[in-house]
Amino acid sequence: MSEPYTSEEMMTVSAARMLQNGAVCFVGIGLPSTAANLARLTHAPDAVLVYESGPIGAKPSVLPLSIGDGNLAETADTVVSTPEIFRYWLQGGRIDVGFLGAAQLDRFANINTTVVGPYRKPKVRLPGAGGAPEISSSAKEVLIIVKQSKRTFVEKLDFITSVGFLSGGNSREVNGLSGRGPSAVITDLCILRPDPVTRELNVTSMHPGVDRERIAANTGWKVCFADTCEGTASPTGTELDTLRDLKARTAAAHGMLGDAE
Amino acid sequence: MAEWMTLAEAIAANVHDGDTLAMEGFTHLIPFAAAHEIIRQARRDLSLVRMTPDLIYDQLIGAGCASKLTFSWGGNPGVGSLHRFRDAVENDWPNPLAIEERSHSDLANAYVAGASNLPFTVLRGYTGSDLPRVNPQIRSITCPFTGEVFAATPAVRPDVAVIHAQKADWRGNVHLWGILGVQKEAVLSSRRAIVTVEERVPSLDAPPNACILPHWVVTAVCEVPQGATPSYAHGYYERDNVFYRAWDRISRDRGTFSAWMQQHIIKTTNFEEYLALQRDQQVQAAYQ
Repeated sequence: MSEPYTSEEMMTVSAARMLQNGAVCFVGIGLPSTAANLARLTHAPDAVLVYESGPIGAKPSVLPLSIGDGNLAETADTVVSTPEIFRYWLQGGRIDVGFLGAAQLDRFANINTTVVGPYRKPKVRLPGAGGAPEISSSAKEVLIIVKQSKRTFVEKLDFITSVGFLSGGNSREVNGLSGRGPSAVITDLCILRPDPVTRELNVTSMHPGVDRERIAANTGWKVCFADTCEGTASPTGTELDTLRDLKARTAAAHGMLGDAE
Repeated sequence: MAEWMTLAEAIAANVHDGDTLAMEGFTHLIPFAAAHEIIRQARRDLSLVRMTPDLIYDQLIGAGCASKLTFSWGGNPGVGSLHRFRDAVENDWPNPLAIEERSHSDLANAYVAGASNLPFTVLRGYTGSDLPRVNPQIRSITCPFTGEVFAATPAVRPDVAVIHAQKADWRGNVHLWGILGVQKEAVLSSRRAIVTVEERVPSLDAPPNACILPHWVVTAVCEVPQGATPSYAHGYYERDNVFYRAWDRISRDRGTFSAWMQQHIIKTTNFEEYLALQRDQQVQAAYQ
């Protein structure tokens, strides 16, 4: 029997595996930051973590609670101003991977982090864009990590904050977006990747113990499964131990019990 | 020319009703003491600008100081929503709040444009996003050399900027380090600038290329130790993560929020008294 683990741990581990060693990664706070640091502490020691607050090459010993924690600055190769991070490093084309979270997304991996309901009279006012619109357009590729439910995986977004593949097909290219767009969406149930032609997200890998019915029941559109759909490998002992150590150190450092997310 | 004065004097002289006000600090060096003083002096109708509104603007908005907010990310970092901001946007409480919403990249660029005496900024941004649909200030411009189309947005030109820094010398030259955010650009894009500092020192002894704001771009400088708490000051104190979590409870309910504001800000005379209340475990037990 393999070691028991949670679906959130499976999600974080699968997302971490996506980050290649040496990649320059623009990291969002929360789940993306957890996954990127897990990658750095396991198979990708030379991954360069860039945070929008200015640290380049951050190697935090604990997970940051905010996007600008002091530990990011202290462990970085250099710290630049916020205008510089966006102008020279992101817009300048230096970022291999943008690692994002999402409140809602649609079948073309467009992201909403702005409002649920009408913009002027929102049902829920979300935090807003942050750095995501330009990360999703300028990074060479994008990874999205998000928990899957009908509330997050919706048929139609109330608001497009940051783009994935817009209306699908070649619409990124037509609109002159420089980056390739999302290469994978990693959830607590599965991994989805865009179809090479339609650009609609298809399930390409199901996490252990998850079946098609459960994924369909947690997706707001009629989700398709790739012909090559396989099973995600369970977390290894090293992956789990590293993740749990990181979270324990984080909790101790921040004087709290729960996650940074 | 920078003039050393108390924070109360600096706010009274430089922050007026109806001003456009930028208080910056990207999770680091957030000028909380100055915001409290603005609330104490009951400023109204402020147009607030800030990339990450955070707790500092949640307090100003909930206290009824603001009529407009220009921002790019409004949350309690690592915790969740800004409840006072949401209550203002969703329910007009305590008064309607107009919002001008942009992205981080845009707003950072807009400060650079303001500091550079340009009316607008150009960026590769917003393609396919709905933000230009709800913010008519996000427009486009065609490059005269290549014909490419870019986003064009107005510069930020505040009446007054407020930042917190680690040190200033006797003349009012300011030195800040660590995560710098857009503080330098905020000061240089504004007509007036107030800087609160952890300490006043005889000499900065800063290395070449350090982030220094010369005294002649600063209007008022005030010594306010701990003036960025509950955010942090690199080299001085850590972020008070416990307070960021406590704020979620304090701010969720209008009554609890109002009681907290009365007790901690409106009925205190300065930031030292606020800090003393924060250290008083009996007082804080009511908000746990």
